[in-house]
Amino acid sequence: MTINSAFSAGRLTLYLAGELDHHEARGALGDIDELIDEYLPRDCALDMSGLSFMDSSGVALIIRVSRRMKELGGRAWIENPARQPQRVIDASGIDRLVPVAVRK
Amino acid sequence: MHSENYIKLEFLSKSSNEAFARSAAAAFAAQLDPTLEELGDIKTAVSEAVTNCIVHAYPEELGRIAMRLRILEGGILEISVRDWGRGIENVEQAMKPLFTTGGEERSGMGFTIMGSFMDKLRVRSTPGKGTTVLMQRGLRQRRRL
Ligand SMILES: Nc1ncnc2c1ncn2[C@@H]1O[C@H](COP(=O)(O)OP(=O)(O)O)[C@@H](O)[C@H]1O
Ligand SMILES: [Mg+2]
Repeated sequence: MTINSAFSAGRLTLYLAGELDHHEARGALGDIDELIDEYLPRDCALDMSGLSFMDSSGVALIIRVSRRMKELGGRAWIENPARQPQRVIDASGIDRLVPVAVRK
Repeated sequence: MHSENYIKLEFLSKSSNEAFARSAAAAFAAQLDPTLEELGDIKTAVSEAVTNCIVHAYPEELGRIAMRLRILEGGILEISVRDWGRGIENVEQAMKPLFTTGGEERSGMGFTIMGSFMDKLRVRSTPGKGTTVLMQRGLRQRRRL
């Protein structure tokens, strides 16, 4: 998987693309931690529009990022999830902990 | 039950095999002409079951994982994922949402996701001997030419 980032006005947007499974999760989390340390954002949006696959390892990653942002006094949310990640979000109920925003 | 077709695969519990296992399952399931959503569900359930073998069955060693897929009468896909690892003490507890022995890197939602994407989920385990996860999913039978 790949992660691209954009930072503006205190908001870090992370564009996750490809497949997020257990094999990819540790590297992805390391990259995200580095980006958060670098920008110290107020908000962090996880854009999942380009994520073709995610399993419960992705759910653990989302929870970790949300916790990290709370420690920094900020917030994290999921943005524009593709269909398969959306089904995993629904099945896991993670949207009760981390909000999902759909923007066109 | 009579099976119309099957495959058996055996592979080492390396995390790089997670993507291989779910792609192989999707490729086999393709002959049932599934929808994109059904294919996504199958890949997700396989990914969960195989990841559990890699993370929990063989936490400190590499071991053997066997995956079998069968097509049963009426367009039912049956998936079994087996390991010979450490096994589960209390299966009922392990299957509860959020239960994990895996720490921060796990969510404890694997079995919940398998259960919600599959029509049937059965887990058999013997501590010290291994675990078998058996799942079935009926695929919507679409009209064929
Ligand atoms: N193949 C397995 N071998 C041994 N233990 C397992 C296996 N699969 C699952 N478990 C146990 O069941 C628990 C719950 O599994 P799961 O719902 O997938 O959540 P997670 O993998 O995030 O911990 C695991 O934490 C582990 O203790
Ligand atoms: Mg799991």
